[in-house]
Amino acid sequence: MSRKLDRIFDLYDDLERQRIMLSFKGDLSPDLINAILSLIEHKMEKSEPDHRVRKRVFNVAMECLQNLYHHHNRSKDNGEGVVLAEEPQGVVMIAHAETGYSVLTGNFMAKPEVESLKSHLDHVNGCDPEQLRDLYKNKLGDGRFTPSGGGGLGIIDIARKSGSKLEYGFVPLDNDNTFFSLNVNVGY
Amino acid sequence: MNNILLDGSPKTPTVHFDSSTGQLELRGRSIPENSIEFYRPLIDWIDQYARTPQPSTQLRVQLEYFNTSSSKCILDLFKKLETVRNAGNEVQVLWHYEADDEDMLEAGEDYQAIINIPFKMIQIEEVNDK
Repeated sequence: MSRKLDRIFDLYDDLERQRIMLSFKGDLSPDLINAILSLIEHKMEKSEPDHRVRKRVFNVAMECLQNLYHHHNRSKDNGEGVVLAEEPQGVVMIAHAETGYSVLTGNFMAKPEVESLKSHLDHVNGCDPEQLRDLYKNKLGDGRFTPSGGGGLGIIDIARKSGSKLEYGFVPLDNDNTFFSLNVNVGY
Repeated sequence: MNNILLDGSPKTPTVHFDSSTGQLELRGRSIPENSIEFYRPLIDWIDQYARTPQPSTQLRVQLEYFNTSSSKCILDLFKKLETVRNAGNEVQVLWHYEADDEDMLEAGEDYQAIINIPFKMIQIEEVNDK
C-alpha cells in the first residue's frame, strides 16, 4: 500500500483515539457554518441524553464558528507560506471525553490584534461565574455595537456556557499573520 | 400600520408583531451572522408602533437559542418597548425557557436587570418553533 493510503488509516486512527466526533478544515462560509452546526446538532441528539449539555455544546460551537467567521483575516497557509484566501479559513473539531465535550477551533488572524484578544481572554479566564455574569451584563447594557454586532460578548458567553477556563494558543506565522487556536471544554 | 409576519428559518426566529392587538412574538432561533440586518426592520417597526401603541403591549419571547450578535439587538427591542411603557402604557415581556435550561432563564434575568419593563418568566417543556 502506498504511503498516502496508509496515512488515511493513520488519520482515522488518530481521530478515533482523540474521540473526535466531527472534524472539518477549510472554507467556512455562512452556508458551511450552517451545515456544520446542523451536523453537530444531529450528532449530539444521538450521543448526548442531557438536553442542557447538548444546548451548551451547540451554543459554544456556534459562537466559536461565528467568532472565527467575523475575526479571521482572510488568509491561509498553503504549505509554503501564508497566502490570501477568498473565504474564511479554519479548522473545527468536536471531541467527546468521559468528562464532557471539547470544542476546538483554529483560524488565521491579523498579528496586531493578538494582544487585545489575549488580554480579553486572560481577563475572562480570571473571572468567577458571578463576575462573568456581571461582565456580560455590563457589556450588554453599554449600548455599544462592534461591527459584528456582538459588542465583544462572544468570548464571555463561551466562558459562561463552558464553566471552565478557556485554553488558547497563538502560533506566529510571519510579520502579519498569526494562527489562533481555542479549546473550550463543556463539562457534565 | 402593517403587521410583521416572518416565518422562522434555521438561523432566524418566527416573528409576529400585531399592531392592532399589541401582541408581539419572537419564537425559535436567533443565530444569524449579521443580526443587525435582521433586527433593524423589527426595531423600526416598534419605533413606529410607539407613536400610537395599544394600551397594553405584550412581547412573547420563546427562543431555543440566540447568539451574542442577537443579544444586543434584542436589548434594543426591549429599549424601544421601554419608551412605550414610559409614555404611560402597560408593557410586559413574557420570557419563556425550557424546563432544564437555566442558561436561558439567566439570560432573561440579565435583561430584566437592565430594562425597566416587568418580565414574567414562563417555564415550558420545549420551544415550539413550528
